[in-house]
Amino acid sequence: MTEFLQQLVNGLSLGAIYALIALGYTMVYGVLRFINFAHSDVFMVGAFAGLYLAPLAPAGSILGGLLVVIGAMLAAGLLGVTIERLAYRPLRGAPTLNVLITAIGVSCLLQSAGQLVFGAAPRSFPVIFPARALSVGGLDFSSNQVVVLVVAISLVVGLRLIVFRTRMGAALRAVSQNPRAARLMGIDNDVVIRFTFALGSALAGAGGVLYAVNYPSIDPLMGVLPGLKAFVAAILGGIGSIPGAALGGLLLGLVETFVGGSQYSTYKDAIAFALLILFLLFRPAGLLGKTRVEKV
Amino acid sequence: MRHPFSYLLLALVLGGVLSALSDRIDPYHLDVLIGVGINVVLAVSLNLIAGHTGQFSLGHAGFMAVGAYAAAAVTIFLGPHLIGDAPSPGGLAENALFGAALLGGGLAAAAAGLLVGIPSLRLRGDYLALVTLGFGEIIRVLLQNFEPLGGALGLNGIPAYTTVFWVVATAAATVFTVGCLVRSTYGLGFLAVRDDEIAASAAGLDPARYKVVAFTAGAFFAGIAGGLFGHFKMTITPSGFDFSRSIEIVVMVILGGLGNTFGVILAAVLLTLLPELLRPVAEYRLVLYSLLLIGLMLARPQGLFNFRPRSPASRA
Repeated sequence: MTEFLQQLVNGLSLGAIYALIALGYTMVYGVLRFINFAHSDVFMVGAFAGLYLAPLAPAGSILGGLLVVIGAMLAAGLLGVTIERLAYRPLRGAPTLNVLITAIGVSCLLQSAGQLVFGAAPRSFPVIFPARALSVGGLDFSSNQVVVLVVAISLVVGLRLIVFRTRMGAALRAVSQNPRAARLMGIDNDVVIRFTFALGSALAGAGGVLYAVNYPSIDPLMGVLPGLKAFVAAILGGIGSIPGAALGGLLLGLVETFVGGSQYSTYKDAIAFALLILFLLFRPAGLLGKTRVEKV
Repeated sequence: MRHPFSYLLLALVLGGVLSALSDRIDPYHLDVLIGVGINVVLAVSLNLIAGHTGQFSLGHAGFMAVGAYAAAAVTIFLGPHLIGDAPSPGGLAENALFGAALLGGGLAAAAAGLLVGIPSLRLRGDYLALVTLGFGEIIRVLLQNFEPLGGALGLNGIPAYTTVFWVVATAAATVFTVGCLVRSTYGLGFLAVRDDEIAASAAGLDPARYKVVAFTAGAFFAGIAGGLFGHFKMTITPSGFDFSRSIEIVVMVILGGLGNTFGVILAAVLLTLLPELLRPVAEYRLVLYSLLLIGLMLARPQGLFNFRPRSPASRA
């Protein structure tokens, strides 16, 4: 039982990070209907921004850690907006395949440029939050896991407030429902899309720092697998649905942690993709998504 | 292609001449040539799936892996029983075994292609791309965990059966088969499915069948390419067939122009030679590749070597 609860805690803190990345995928998919492959590398750049910002903030304090997270969010948000402006906006209205290929290109570019700029070798991530080993009722976990969970949950709540309580959020929902009708209502689609990229990329940046806090070794290719899995999480929850992305992320984190703790641990990386294929075959709309009927 | 057979014959003669001269050609150039041929097979086979049939696949390296492992298993484990322990190098028995191994690799990959083709019946566009990506990754993880074939360390000691003749002949046969398939009456169905699935089914074609056939045939040739690759490198590891390998093949097809066989061949040749020429600036190679891909999509999405006007249907 203790072991079960222990894995539950580990799974939740991994799932929270997947959820943060998945939100960016799902929001971009909502407004532009394509998979932003470069999102996983924005996550990586967020982690590196944290690495370079860490020495500037007071080490090992809650405030310093939060400052690093916010700095990384700003850097990642800026990068996301830049990518959108340079690579995706010129392709507005082009076939989905072209945008998808461009996204793969941007992803490869960020990875290879990252290897040149940051170096290809893994770097160890400094301690930015006060690290303490906690023990509650026989459960051992680190304070970092708690921090990751708390920060991730507050970010998801914050996002929900932005999307459902602000004018910009209403515009975002309008564009994702019907871009043309939204434009007729006087919404500038480009502004909304830029805002979506900023928001989603900032969340990925925060996810990058939180991931690095828990798994303190980062390299330019670190985003690939978490990024793909987070996209799987977004599909599990129902692509385009914000609560769905959060739910899918947590679910995937839990499943993966439990498989990783079992005798099938070497198959851990395949589980996410097996889930993806099963879901796409039997419930393509995901857990919380709506089924769309294709009209001719 | 008014006389497809004459092209095939020409390619085979070229292969024969090359292999007759192979003793006099610099071994480095021979290696590059073999690499070019293998990539041509891969790119042309992906072009059948992605270009002609319009099913974007990101898991082509997975099919290649299945073929490479199956073919290597045939020569390593079955070979000694069939042709004895010390066959004469380059002898008839050895080449017959290699041919059988390539066929086995191709068939194993075709079976995998059939498996991937079935979900493609229900999915399209980027969802399909993701599923093929997932299949590629699953194949890699399964191979990593399959100890009889070397597990994560890979399979070593594969006999070096791949010769320049085998490669040129396979490349020619692939181009010929795919070319004839696409130009046949049956093959027009692939193009119809790509251009408009709903219109195709309204015209009495069964898009599901065409997609599965495309995946199976494309995977078959990718498997053969994998077999050639394994018997050329003599050692294969699961991580050698990862996502980035799939992307490399995708870039060749995109660069050449989806559905444009000649362009795709040209792009495969170019993209195999380019890294050799770029050796002095090797660390910038991937940056250049990705910039090329992005620039291409922004400026010339129909492909670098596609000089036909874009058909309006391909925009859908």
